[in-house]
Amino acid sequence: MGLSHEDVREILRIIDETPLEELRIETDGFSLHVRKVGAAEPEPESELEVESESESEAEVESAPSAEAAAPSERAARADRPPPAPPARPAEDPEADDGLVTIPSPMLGTFYRAESPGSLPFVEVGARVGPETTVGIIEVMKMMNSVAAGVSGTVVEVCCQNAALVEYGEALFRVRAGEVQ
Amino acid sequence: MKRVFIPNRGEIAVRIVRACRELDLECVVGASEPDLDGLAARQADRVVCLGPGPADASYLRDDIVVQAALGTGCDAIHPGYGFLSESPQLAARAREHGLVFVGPPTEAISLAGDKLAAREEARGAGVPVLPGGEARSAEQARELADRIGYPVLVKAAGGGGGRGIKRAADGQELEAVIGLARGEAAAAFADDRVYVERLIESARHVEVQIAADDHDTVIDLGERDCSVQRRFQKVIEEAPAPALSEATRGRLREAAVAFARAIGYRNLGTAEFVVDADSGEFFFLEVNCRIQVEHPVTEAVTGRDLVGLQLRIAAGERLGFAQEDVAFAGHAVECRLNAEDIARGFMPSPGTLSLFAMPGRPGLRVDTHCFAGAAVPPYYDSLLAKLIAHGDDRVQAIDLLLDALEDVDVEGVQTNRALLQSVLGLPDFRAAAVTTDWLERTLQ
Repeated sequence: MGLSHEDVREILRIIDETPLEELRIETDGFSLHVRKVGAAEPEPESELEVESESESEAEVESAPSAEAAAPSERAARADRPPPAPPARPAEDPEADDGLVTIPSPMLGTFYRAESPGSLPFVEVGARVGPETTVGIIEVMKMMNSVAAGVSGTVVEVCCQNAALVEYGEALFRVRAGEVQ
Repeated sequence: MKRVFIPNRGEIAVRIVRACRELDLECVVGASEPDLDGLAARQADRVVCLGPGPADASYLRDDIVVQAALGTGCDAIHPGYGFLSESPQLAARAREHGLVFVGPPTEAISLAGDKLAAREEARGAGVPVLPGGEARSAEQARELADRIGYPVLVKAAGGGGGRGIKRAADGQELEAVIGLARGEAAAAFADDRVYVERLIESARHVEVQIAADDHDTVIDLGERDCSVQRRFQKVIEEAPAPALSEATRGRLREAAVAFARAIGYRNLGTAEFVVDADSGEFFFLEVNCRIQVEHPVTEAVTGRDLVGLQLRIAAGERLGFAQEDVAFAGHAVECRLNAEDIARGFMPSPGTLSLFAMPGRPGLRVDTHCFAGAAVPPYYDSLLAKLIAHGDDRVQAIDLLLDALEDVDVEGVQTNRALLQSVLGLPDFRAAAVTTDWLERTLQ
């Protein structure tokens, strides 16, 4: 059984809308384990793990700042790459202009939207909170969502869709401030 | 092949950048964050940041390395030494994505990584191996050791490069050590298989440089002696190996080529042997599927660019010379200048180099990535520079190196310079009467 990234995102969306905290499905050659982290928080985080023996193996995670939220849980799972380390702080995170940079947490291909046809996660003018997903970084077919990590308004999109971004490279510039 | 990705750091990244330039290849260095201002990054056509300082989040991520190579339009990866240089996962992943991996076939890397399997392959190819074998239990180990005689070494199948080795002087020690060895092997290499081999007490470490192209040419580029070691780590290396009879030298080189042929080896590699200093017998230890730290001594005596050769072989070129064309001139000695604090048990000594002055002499080569103002980060090995002296004979090379070390001036970190100077001046070393345990015995 194979799953496309779209399938996985769809599953994720459905599960996000349910009150379920954990879901585990196992059939021949296929296992799916989804766990929400910090369900009490305003923006529930979910983790999705897909193991498939078929050719079209898909692994997707959608865990806004999961590194910060649940490092021990992630470190305990040995059969996957280590979690993205927190990106280096920008040289001058709050420059004179009062803008904050959202750095890339890892090297990879940067996607601004969930899938080619979808609207970007955020555009200039969008209001974001620390948990808001602002993009996806793909490393060898592993999708890693990027959380804003800051509250404020997006004033600049620094990288093009589908571009290679380096660890620590500026993805967005945000005017920090409380989201209404 | 047009653009080479170099996911490495330190002097070897600088060395590969230089080799690329000489072959008119573009190069992109993949560096960790603290290495972004390093010499290799400055000299490359482009640098990309792989991740933060700790290697497991940057240089050891084969997924990120391949992504970075593809994303920067590279068509080849030269892994250097250390990090992922002997990772079959990186080689396989790179090749799956159509990249040239500058190294041997993936299967050869896997075989070489399994020291026990490599030992059996060597035996099958008629290459002498030490008496011993796999030990699945303490009883089996004891039975084996009682037969081959003590002392023995317990080695991890997944180890190599001096890691995962324990010594046992008798059956009691062996039983005490075997469980620990298995546990450590499982933790360090995710493979708890260990094997027992007879310990040659008076041993020299001699290795043979192999080169094989895709057109069925397999040759050797002579041997190196790396017997001056501390904790199984090489300190001083030289070529040719001193105090070796011409007959033994010839048989060693033939054995290395035979082994390379038997396993379908390609590109450059090194077959490591232990030579019994008393009897002159030699035994296969392991094969290293990468460029070695000490490759410059071979370059000095053969006049050939080994890193350039790696790139040309990877591009599918013929070696362009035969075994009989390999000639040797003079003697070369290399020493490794490390950021180590001798007074504190050779603890690594990271810091910022406030002064870094290296000597220059005819016949002297210095391979380094360091410069005044550069940081020596705490995440990686402590190698600062390699000094390689080439003379008409061994004594001339040693004296040149000793003289050059006088002019080494490094401030900001502690170095092992004093150790190198004293070793090069000791009568045992100058008389080539050195075995692998000599340095540690001398230090005590």
